Amino acid sequence: MGIDRAAVDHVARLARLALDDDERDRMRAELDDILGHAGRIQALDLDGVEPTLHPLPLVNASRPDEITPSLSQSDALRSAPEAEDGRFRVPRIIEDA
Amino acid sequence: MSVAPPHTLETTIGLEIHVELATASKMFCGCKVAFGGEPNTRTCPVCLGLPGSLPVVNERAIEYTTRIGVAFNCSIAKRSLFARKNYFYPDMPKNYQITQYELPLATQGHLTLDGESGAVSVGVTRVHLEEDTGGSLHVGGSGRIADSEYSLEDYNRAGTPLVEIVTEPDLHTAEQARLFVAELRAIVEALGVSDVRMEEGSLRVDANISVRRAGEVEHGAKVEVKNMNSIRSVGRALEHEEERQRKALEAGETLVQETRHFDEKTGTTSSLRTKEYAFDYRYFPEPDLVPFEAADEWVEALRASQPELPAERRVRWKQTYGLPPGDVAVLASSKATAAWFEAAALAYGGDAKKIVNWIIADLFGLLNEAGIDLTECKIAPAQLAGLVGLVDDGAISGKQAKEVLGHMFKTGDDAAEVVQDKGLEQESDTAVLDAVVEEVIAENPEAADKVRAGQLNTIGFLVGRVMRKTGGSANPKLVTELLRTKLAG
Repeated sequence: MGIDRAAVDHVARLARLALDDDERDRMRAELDDILGHAGRIQALDLDGVEPTLHPLPLVNASRPDEITPSLSQSDALRSAPEAEDGRFRVPRIIEDA
Repeated sequence: MSVAPPHTLETTIGLEIHVELATASKMFCGCKVAFGGEPNTRTCPVCLGLPGSLPVVNERAIEYTTRIGVAFNCSIAKRSLFARKNYFYPDMPKNYQITQYELPLATQGHLTLDGESGAVSVGVTRVHLEEDTGGSLHVGGSGRIADSEYSLEDYNRAGTPLVEIVTEPDLHTAEQARLFVAELRAIVEALGVSDVRMEEGSLRVDANISVRRAGEVEHGAKVEVKNMNSIRSVGRALEHEEERQRKALEAGETLVQETRHFDEKTGTTSSLRTKEYAFDYRYFPEPDLVPFEAADEWVEALRASQPELPAERRVRWKQTYGLPPGDVAVLASSKATAAWFEAAALAYGGDAKKIVNWIIADLFGLLNEAGIDLTECKIAPAQLAGLVGLVDDGAISGKQAKEVLGHMFKTGDDAAEVVQDKGLEQESDTAVLDAVVEEVIAENPEAADKVRAGQLNTIGFLVGRVMRKTGGSANPKLVTELLRTKLAG
């Protein structure tokens, strides 16, 4: 188990995070710790143990299918950096990751 | 490289179908679900992904999805869970989509299709619930994403409950794929859980298609075909794509895994030429939503309250009305047509085949001409039954009935009203017809003698004379009877 700089860069790119060198070092160490912890759990014999789907002992939290008021168009667009014709204006979408 | 002769190639098709649910509100918030409208007027902090907002599951969406799962003979998961699919694309404001991954609501189903070449069982891998995305408008350049300057986002649709149905690669022809989609649409429509309008995007179909040499274990290069906007397009697109791949293989070319876009106008597919990179969605359990447990009694209650599905309806119609499979397929294809036919057959009470013939041969023609569907038709089912009844009673001829139907179609009047207004009623008064028949016999002694001598086919000539004298209004059946009686040898 161990995470290298390339793996940190990959994860940072997926999350659209621009990290400087110090941050990359710190992240590498922290991610390494987290993976190390997961590795200890994976080493245990967990046959027959149900996976924990959610930390809360709750199921089936739902609501009836009822309409509630929506925001006005101007309120919806209030935090948008740019808007045009009632729509959120976003930079050119580049089909590349 | 060896070149395969055409007969040793086989085609494999799997479908991925998305159905927007017709719930009143969105999947995780109370914003209204609707089509179109002013942009960004049906949004809230939840479906805009604003910080601090939390999703809550719409219980009707869970019910509808489970009903779809039951209809496709799936096993319903005792526990299911939502997951986050992470990706950056501005049509999802949260930068992730809430979907299902490891534990979908329903799995391992199947659907039997009655195709031209016999029954085919198609495996249904999974039925899961997720949220739909918003809509993008690409501005500048050609209006396509690749060369646009910027994009405009409308989140009215974002968060609409969306069901994904994935099939096993059990389909082997474009026709089977088309049939599957048609049957799926009829099932979902019968369940009443979606509008299933392909032109409005509430039913969307993507297909994976590959061709390989018969006997090979590995599938050929998988091509994903997108942008098929009608059931007919599904057939056309896959037929074209199958042919393209076959030709390439026969020419010894190597096919590549790619996504291709179907062009409705040219009937061809073209490569989307997106940069190839492995998607890494980093699915993980949605921490904001707790698991869903489907109690057995709840699933059984849903199962017991499923409406009649198209396959069951076809069997019942065959048994009840004795209709041939071709007619049944046409009438059972949509819920509206099925209900219309049943109401007309019930009102009529006689041989349902007569009603079917009027619907398929005449009413559909009028609807097509007017460019409307049965739900917009002014003629009520009972009114068609009334028209057929008038023909049965001999009040009007079949030919006149077609004319009457045309008037009914325009006005929505009852058949009897139209007959009266237009003076179309057949003359069935024996006293009136008797006089005319006597006249005709007197005017055509030779023909009359022939009939008396047993040449019964000459009766037709005399009936024609009577029809001409009455301007076509005489009831031909009655005239024939009168002539037979009078000329009985």
